[in-house]
Amino acid sequence: MAEQATENPAARFVERIGRGAVRGIEELGACGMLVFETVYWIVSGRRMRQPVRIDAIFVQMMETGIGAIPIVALMAGTIGVMLAIQGIHTLKIFGAETQVTVGIAFSVVREFAPLITGIIVAGRSGSALAARLGTMKINQEIDALHVMGINPVRFLVAPALVAMMVMVPALTLFSDLVGLLAAGLYVGVDLGISLAAYFDRVIEILSVDDLMHGLGKSALFAVLIAVVSVVNGASVSGGAEGVGKVTTRAVVQSISAIVVTDMIFAFLVTR
Amino acid sequence: MSQAIAPSRPASVIEVEDLVSYYGPRQILRGVSLDVIEGEIMVIMGGSGSGKSTLLRHLMALERPSSGTVRLLERDLATLSVRDMNDLRKKIGVAFQGGALFSSMTVGENIMLSLHEHTELDPTTMRIMARLKLEVVDLAGFEDLMPSELSGGMIKRAAMARAIIMDPKILFCDEPSAGLDPVVSSAIDDLILRLRDAVGMTVVVVTHELESAFKIADRITVLDKGEILFIGTVEELRNHPSERIQNLLNRRAEDEVMDADAYLRRLTGIEVSGAASL
Ligand SMILES: Nc1ncnc2c1ncn2[C@@H]1O[C@H](COP(=O)(O)OP(=O)(O)O)[C@@H](O)[C@H]1O
Ligand SMILES: [Mg+2]
Repeated sequence: MAEQATENPAARFVERIGRGAVRGIEELGACGMLVFETVYWIVSGRRMRQPVRIDAIFVQMMETGIGAIPIVALMAGTIGVMLAIQGIHTLKIFGAETQVTVGIAFSVVREFAPLITGIIVAGRSGSALAARLGTMKINQEIDALHVMGINPVRFLVAPALVAMMVMVPALTLFSDLVGLLAAGLYVGVDLGISLAAYFDRVIEILSVDDLMHGLGKSALFAVLIAVVSVVNGASVSGGAEGVGKVTTRAVVQSISAIVVTDMIFAFLVTR
Repeated sequence: MSQAIAPSRPASVIEVEDLVSYYGPRQILRGVSLDVIEGEIMVIMGGSGSGKSTLLRHLMALERPSSGTVRLLERDLATLSVRDMNDLRKKIGVAFQGGALFSSMTVGENIMLSLHEHTELDPTTMRIMARLKLEVVDLAGFEDLMPSELSGGMIKRAAMARAIIMDPKILFCDEPSAGLDPVVSSAIDDLILRLRDAVGMTVVVVTHELESAFKIADRITVLDKGEILFIGTVEELRNHPSERIQNLLNRRAEDEVMDADAYLRRLTGIEVSGAASL
């Protein structure tokens, strides 16, 4: 009797893990297919007389990019200052606080700017994308596109993906600048280093490689956000409540994907 | 001999043969066969959950059959290439149950979308064509409104306008008058009749409103639990001897006779599964 009581939840637990794993693999497969299909439409849409529309891409770019500028600036600036405070505090132990610029420059450009930008875009645009697709699916708008002979991947997904792949690196570059500037201002106030001297040092330290590392990573984040959001949005079931659920899932999963990818990327590149 | 028959026999634009369909493990359609003839209004009736919408989804190639074939305008849907399917889809129009208007576009943009995507017409021509269709559904002057600003009846009519923008050969309507007041719903019936009479469109309408079905139908298909109970004219349906069909027409609930044990089992069964799902 007692045996069964402990056996049952354990079995159920294992079963849940198994189901979760199967579902995870299925979703990975769906993500792969989606990337493939999107690239297919971008490349050969014109030949199929179903081109990916430039104006649709621009609408998405405005939404993803321009709308995010204030919050990206705020976050990047805050993180820049935070890095400066932390760096100076730590380096003081060795009496090497003037070297703080090295730490700031590398951390902002290679890690923090892409990461924070990716997280903000996941929260703003990834959730919006998942919610939009989920709502459209529930309202049969996706079915309507199908019967009108308009491929939804071409019409909805491709513009969003292209827009993100352009705007996330652009926003990352912007947050590089804001982060470095904010940190520079703090360093100037705290250590009395002039902004000009600070930026001279930053440029001296950073190579194009470092910049590309950050930007390349952010383009990868863009793909992750778009694909995870679309797959979640399209998997909606139930009514408005279902849309809420998949939206949350989309944001949580894309932020997790971003952080894990970031770690893997850093590990591979620094070897 | 066959020559004598051939010319008088009207062409079938939709041919369904032995269609079987599942959602997961649940069988929804159990071998449905059906012909729709060019220029007729075929009404599909049946109780809620009998598979009407599912059948309609198969006719517009939104679902894949488990077995059986669906032929539209003499093309087997299962064997069409992506490109041929797109070409075929330009010849059908669909008014979905909830309208399914794109909520981020104005009514006019909704109606023009197909023109925009499938033709090279200039914007002025497109706008004129959209206004013409809005005129047909009595919505002239509403093209700049968003779908969220329309009433239920207006949404259905706008959806109808979008469905006919490419002058389709076949028009599908899922519950065009469900949830509307009698006046509006009768106006939509008139609209369907007008479309058929004016341009010879073939129309397939799903409805569970008897009155509306009797008013517009050339033939009626009665679907029950995924099976076809009856296909024939309105007259034939009215005079049909089957008790099951007469029950349906008179809106009498079926399965009223059930022994007490089964009833109790069903009640407790529902109770248990209800508690488990919480
Ligand atoms: N997407 C779906 N997934 C699972 N079951 C479904 C789905 N759509 C419909 N069903 C089920 O199929 C049956 C037939 O549904 P439907 O064709 O919509 O009926 P009707 O339109 O005649 O009311 C119903 O029992 C419904 O619960
Ligand atoms: Mg239905």
